[in-house]
Amino acid sequence: MLHRFAILVAATTAVLILAGGLVTSTGSGLSVPDWPNTYGFFMFSFPLSKMVGGIRYEHTHRLIASTVGFLIVILAVWLWRAESRAWVRRLGYIALGAVITQGILGGITVLWYLPDPISIAHASLAQIVFCLTTTIALVTSPGWQRAYSVRASTPDDRVLRIVAMVTTAVVYVQIVIGAIMRHTDAGLAIPDFPLAFGHLIPPHWDAKIAVHFTHRIGALIVSLCVLATTGHVFSHHRRRPELVRPSTLLLFLLLTQITLGALTVLSGKHFIINSLHVVTGASVLVTALVMTLRAHRAQFVEHVSAGSREQDPAYTPHIRRAGPSATAVGFGETRRSSQSERRRLRPAKAGDHA
Amino acid sequence: MNLTVRSLVCVALCVAAACGGGGTPPQPSGAPSAAPVTNPVDPATAGSITGAVKLEGTPPAAQPINMSSDPYCMGLGKKATNQTFVAPSGGLQNVFVYVKDGLGNMKFPVPSTPVVLDQNGCWYTPRVFGVQVGQSLDIVNSDETLHNVHALPMANREFNRGQGLKGLKFTTVFTTPEVMVPFKCDVHKWMNAWIGVLDHPFYAVSGSGGAFEIKGLPPGTYTIEAWHEKLGTQTQMVTIGAKESKPISFTFKV
Repeated sequence: MLHRFAILVAATTAVLILAGGLVTSTGSGLSVPDWPNTYGFFMFSFPLSKMVGGIRYEHTHRLIASTVGFLIVILAVWLWRAESRAWVRRLGYIALGAVITQGILGGITVLWYLPDPISIAHASLAQIVFCLTTTIALVTSPGWQRAYSVRASTPDDRVLRIVAMVTTAVVYVQIVIGAIMRHTDAGLAIPDFPLAFGHLIPPHWDAKIAVHFTHRIGALIVSLCVLATTGHVFSHHRRRPELVRPSTLLLFLLLTQITLGALTVLSGKHFIINSLHVVTGASVLVTALVMTLRAHRAQFVEHVSAGSREQDPAYTPHIRRAGPSATAVGFGETRRSSQSERRRLRPAKAGDHA
Repeated sequence: MNLTVRSLVCVALCVAAACGGGGTPPQPSGAPSAAPVTNPVDPATAGSITGAVKLEGTPPAAQPINMSSDPYCMGLGKKATNQTFVAPSGGLQNVFVYVKDGLGNMKFPVPSTPVVLDQNGCWYTPRVFGVQVGQSLDIVNSDETLHNVHALPMANREFNRGQGLKGLKFTTVFTTPEVMVPFKCDVHKWMNAWIGVLDHPFYAVSGSGGAFEIKGLPPGTYTIEAWHEKLGTQTQMVTIGAKESKPISFTFKV
């Protein structure tokens, strides 16, 4: 139940990012000049009939943001009350802190007339919130808690861990560059695609062209990283569906994202295409993050259990190398391990993953 | 010791005064170095500049503005377009023509009558206008829908005010000359206006035939600038004698 709720929270966060993308793409960020009120109304009592023009995007964004904030409060409380792993509970608190900060940044950026650094920080922190909610959804999944049932047959892969982590980091940096490009109005600084002013390299430069071109180079680097990660998975981990599925999704999302990026330029920044480009970018990020976390799953358990095994009533040293039941060590990180939880740590079944 | 310090301070102040001070803007050529002259216009000698702004070439075809994002605006049945080159019979409308230079340090009284910017029919009226530094600008909402008034100056203070009800009025003043200050409504993307903020009253906006007139100018030599929202600016020098009406013209090319 907690896992399903966490998925809901992550999904609404994605919707929130789409709504935020629409606000920026339609230039509606200042259509509601006041905050936290809306034209003097308490946010939730603002009449639907008055949601016209740019207000539709901005006020809807605020409503969804409030909903996400409320859901994250519930999630954090739920984790605090029910989650046995301290680090997962901490993730809930961090997500709560991040979404509160995000709300304040959103308010400040309106009251200060969208200063670029604040707006860019708002866009960048949104991705962090999405990463946090996705991570919570992932680590509360049955598949994660069983360590995908295949740890013994698939040894820890250091190369995969590194390449997936680098991919995630590169995607995040690329998204931040995209946010800089959006908020400094550099989205059409290079008006053609795939060439730049008819050349491979722009024949003339200014700050906007530099940001825009950096984003294009970033797309190339992201593509190479994604190909490296997915290629590694397909060649070394074909029997691990928890890696193959996000790899396939990552490739699909990458292709979609490049297409949307091209269409954003060619359509003169059509607001729907532009916003889909934003949310697809966020999806690439969290998919790469899921891949990274799953690649680290074995490593993660050992790391956590090493620090908490004295408190773990289920811990026995040999379990860590003893096949599927070794996943018990994963739950050994808890200070609230219960008999019922340990009973759930049944032997693996093929394809048993989140 | 005290005497030495005081002497040093005095010497420093004298040197600073002799250097003229880096923060003082240069005076226009021919400007009197004496104290500012308040209300210097003598009606007996004041002249004027009359003229016309013309458009050469064929402006791009106008595109209709889609107002469907607000049912109220849509319901007005307005046939608005994005055409900014309003030029019937070759005369270019909505060009802000003003004295850019030549007034020296003359000071002019601030009119007590406010300038009004009306949001009427989901449109700014007027689209291009001027106001003096310190003069009140009343921004009113005559529509039965919400507007926000968002000014984006460079030298003055930015503001963004919501006007959610018909009849609401917001009054503001600008403190620094600035040509031009853009206004926009973020609710209705097609709503734009521009205001020229000056420290003198010598400006005009070209009418439907492109004609304009700047009245009450003291005799002198002036730089006149014409500004258009799409076509940029043009300047020319004009010398006016006592009671003289000087004709000039600007031609913008598309």
